[in-house]
Parts: sequence; C-alpha cells; structure tokens
Amino acid sequence: MNSLFYKNKSKRGITDKFLTGLSSICAVIAILPLILVVSYILFKGGTQLNLDLFLLEPNPAGYADPGGINPALVGTLIITSIATLIAIPVGVGGGIYLAEYSKGGAFSRFIRFGVNVLSGVPSIIAGVFIYALIVSTRIIFGSTYSGLAGGIALSILMLPSVIKTTDEGLKLVPNELRQASLGVGASMYTTILMITLPAAFRSIATGVILGIARAAGETAPLIFTALFSYYYVAGFDDLFYEMGSLSVLIYNFALEPYDAQNKLAWAASFILVLSILSVNIFARLVSAITNKTKRI
Amino acid sequence: MKEKIGIFEKRNRYGIERNIDIIFKNSTLLLSSFVAIILFGIIIVVFSQSLESFSKYGLRFLTTSAWNPVTDEYGAFAAIYGTLITSIFSILITIPLGVGTAIFITEDFVPKAAREVIGFFVELLAAIPSVVLGIWAIFVMEPFFRGFFEFLHIRFGWIPLFSSEPTGRNSLLAIFILVVMLLPIVTSISRDTLNQVPQKLRNASYGIGASRWKTIFSVILPAALSGIMAGVLLGLGRALGETMAVTMIIGNSNSFSWSLLSPGYTISSMLANQFGEADGSQVSSLFYAAFVLMILTLVVNILAQWLVKKFSLKYE
Repeated sequence: MNSLFYKNKSKRGITDKFLTGLSSICAVIAILPLILVVSYILFKGGTQLNLDLFLLEPNPAGYADPGGINPALVGTLIITSIATLIAIPVGVGGGIYLAEYSKGGAFSRFIRFGVNVLSGVPSIIAGVFIYALIVSTRIIFGSTYSGLAGGIALSILMLPSVIKTTDEGLKLVPNELRQASLGVGASMYTTILMITLPAAFRSIATGVILGIARAAGETAPLIFTALFSYYYVAGFDDLFYEMGSLSVLIYNFALEPYDAQNKLAWAASFILVLSILSVNIFARLVSAITNKTKRI
Repeated sequence: MKEKIGIFEKRNRYGIERNIDIIFKNSTLLLSSFVAIILFGIIIVVFSQSLESFSKYGLRFLTTSAWNPVTDEYGAFAAIYGTLITSIFSILITIPLGVGTAIFITEDFVPKAAREVIGFFVELLAAIPSVVLGIWAIFVMEPFFRGFFEFLHIRFGWIPLFSSEPTGRNSLLAIFILVVMLLPIVTSISRDTLNQVPQKLRNASYGIGASRWKTIFSVILPAALSGIMAGVLLGLGRALGETMAVTMIIGNSNSFSWSLLSPGYTISSMLANQFGEADGSQVSSLFYAAFVLMILTLVVNILAQWLVKKFSLKYE
C-alpha cells in the first residue's frame, strides 16, 4: 500500500531536486554574460553618443576631445561589402554545385568536408594567409596594407557559411518542383536560376545575413591586412591604402591608456553590438515567422 | 540525389541551350573547388613561409621559449603551453556548464516559451564579437576578479598553477573569457543532439521506474554522447584559435610560467601582437608558430567531424 504513494522526501526525490537546481544554475550562468556584457556596453557606449562621433576623425592620443569614428564606420561598411561581394557569388555557386549537380561522389564529399574544415580555421590564420599572399607580395598594384586585402581576408571566413546555407537551403526544395520545371521544357540552368534558387531564397538570405553580421565584428583577419587609419575615406583610391574598421578601432583604443580613446572604443562597441544584435534578432524573427506560416 | 540529375539527362538538348548548361555546370564546379584551393593554399603558403625558421630551429622551436629578435633566437614553447593550457581549462569548465544548460532547455522544468528565450539568449551570446568581449573583460571582469585572485594566491599558492603574485592581466582571465565564448557552441550543439534522442527511450526508462535524472544520466546522455563530444571538440578548436579577447586580456608575456595568475601568451595572441612589426627571421618564426596552430586546430576539427560521422545517432 505504501508504495503507491510518492515519497517526496526519499533519497532519489532529493537527488533529483538537487540536480534540477544545479542545471538551472548552469542555465543562469550561461545567460548571465550576455546580459552583463550587453547592458554594460549599452550604458557605457550609449552615454558617449553624439553627432560628432559619426562625422569626425579620431583625434591622436593625448587630446582631451576624442573626436569621432567616421573613418572606422565607413571602413567597416566598405571592408564588409568587399567580403560579401566575393563570398556570395563563390559561395552560392559552390553551394549550387554541391546541392544540384554533385552525385555524392568523392569530390563533393571532399568539398563538404573542406567546408567544415575551413569554417574551423582560426580567423587569425586567414589574416596570416592574406598577409603572405597579398600584403607582403604587393600583388595588387603595389599596395601593401589595404582595405581590399582586409575584405579578401574576411571573405575567406564568410565563404564556408555561405556555401553551407546554400547547400542546405537547396536540398530542402522538393524534387517535384524540378520535375515540373523539366516537364514544361526548362533546362537545368533555367530550373536552378528561376525555380530552385528563388524557392530557397529566404533560407539562403537568412544564412548569408547572419554570416555578414559575424564578419562585421571580426578583428583578427584585419589587424595586419587592413591595418588601421585615422583619416577619412575620401575616394576610390583609398581602397588600396590602410583602412580603419570599428573592430580594429576597439582593439587599438581599448589598450590605450588615454580616457578619450577608451571612450571612442566604447562608442564603437555600442554601435557594433547594437547593429549585430539587431540584425541577428531580425533575421531569426523573420525565419521563425516564415517557418510557421509557409512550408514549401 | 541521383534522380535529380537523371531526369534532366534523359532529355537531349542542342545548340546554345546545351552549351549554356555545360558552362553553367562547370562554373559552379569551379566555384565549389575554390574551397579546396583556399584550404590547400593556406596550408602550402603558411608552411612554405615557415621553412626558413623550420630549417634553422627544427623541433627545438617547440620546446624552448626564447623570443629574442636581437640575438635572433626563437622558440614558441611559452605560447604553445599557453594555448593548450587556456584551451583545455576553458573547455573543462565549459563542459558541465554547457551540457547542464542544454539539459535544462531540453527537459520540461520550465515552460517552453522560457526555454526558447534562454536558448535564444545563448545563441545571441555567440554573435557578440570577440573584440567586444575583450574590452568588457579589460574594464569590467579584470577589476571584479582582482580580490578573488589575491585570495587564490594566498590560499592555494602551493599549487604551481597559482604560485605567482597575481598581475592585472593574466591567463586565468583569458580562460574565463574563453568560457564565455565556448558556452554557446557547446550548449547549442548539445541541445540539438539531446533533442534528437527519441522519446521512446525516455518513456521506456520512466516505465521501468527510473527517476528523471537517473534517465538523463543513464539513458539520454549516453545516447547523445557522440554529438556532445563533437560539440566539445569544435569548442576546443575554437578555443585554440581564438585571438582577440584572449590577446586583450592575457597580458602577452613570452617569459614562461606555470602559473595561471601571471601574464601569458597564446600562439594567436603572439601573432596578433608581433606580426605587424616583425621582419627578417622573426616573420618566418611567426609563420612557423601559425603553422603549429593550424595543425592543432585541423586535427581537432577533423576529429570532431569523424566523430559525428562515425557515431551519429542512428534512430528511425
């Protein structure tokens, strides 16, 4: 009779409660850093915001007035755009081959393996590679450190994620669509360009946007490819010279002993974190909503 | 997969249409082979640049910790030790935290909405750039832990790991910030694997009278072990190569010390610090160090992939 009643005070009941408590503590510890980091940066960086910040060049070390971060802001936009312009065609094209053409042979298996390995290569190695390949050889019109080299280094980091999302997005497109396309007389490339790619557009776009957001915050590949610059990006030629970026600005100015420069670093962190987090939240919300309403 | 192309090949095409098809196919083939070209390119370039240093110092480079541009004597032992010790300690701290969190958000302790919010927050943490974590570590974490490090040194100074007087920036802080960066990786991969464990296993375990945590430890975790291990290895690979936050907080000193409370070095922080200003055989030595780092991460990553392929869950 007794065994029919759940003995909450039994040894295993207490052990279970204890372990449940332990795992909830783990969960609290896991989200604590995000809350601490984001709230501190919003507070510390948000108080530095003003119009000058977006318009001026940073002042050299020692000035009481920090100046602004315009060159870094523009530099990040340019470098990330270069990386995107390289990574999207190469990545989407490669993804198309893997998903649509490959027959699961040795080559495609090796490429898929290579994509995974490449995504695990440390970002600083990409910087070292581009330094050896482009910066030290002066292969691009004799320029050494340049925004272009920085963009190329970043594109290496974006490439695996673009290929992967394209490959996986295309695989989710049902085969009936391809058969129907053939049925009305389309050839393979028209089918891919007009039918399967548009059908997979949303999932590919989400993955690509998340990849761009991650690349925008990367620092390690830029510190000896794009280096840093205090001056405005004035024209097309500046692509071939040192170029500043928000992430390198944070790295350089956080380590300076001057308060004014630290303030700029906090302001740059604020802008970087706010834009990256909002892109992330937006992309995930969009994919969550479309997943609920529409299944291809 | 085969059927996909098969249906298109059954239809003969002529002239321009056929040529465009062939050109399109081959250009995507070319684009996909870029991955292999880049991967081999990285290995070949980094290795060939390090040849000068490799022939000069040989394997002695790995076991000595001199780093002297004046006398032209280089050895990366301190950096390699720092890389391994920070990665291993950080992943050891992350495993229980990450797996514990993953269990919490796959079991039904709290309502589903709350679990999704926690999972979402953990994924957002992965999106924070490492350089931002670095500046936070310098200005917030370092002052916060100062007293704790004093306490560690006074109470546990007899352990070699805590034997030195704590300095402002040190290896232990680097380990802490690495834990923050690894948590999202280990947690999200563990969560995905735990979600794949079929409900049947759980029901069977409850049916023979096992408690919830008995079920988790004896049935669910063993079933998900390979996936969790793969996540741990991917995290380890990330820790080995992580650069910015570690560079900013580790103190960057090439003098070797067993102690975690003294400033240290990792291969990646050494590269970040010295690459811009190096010349002569120092550059070659830095490439050598980069090559060592690359081999370490390649081995760990390939191991992780092999593990996933070999032991991935095979339930219907």
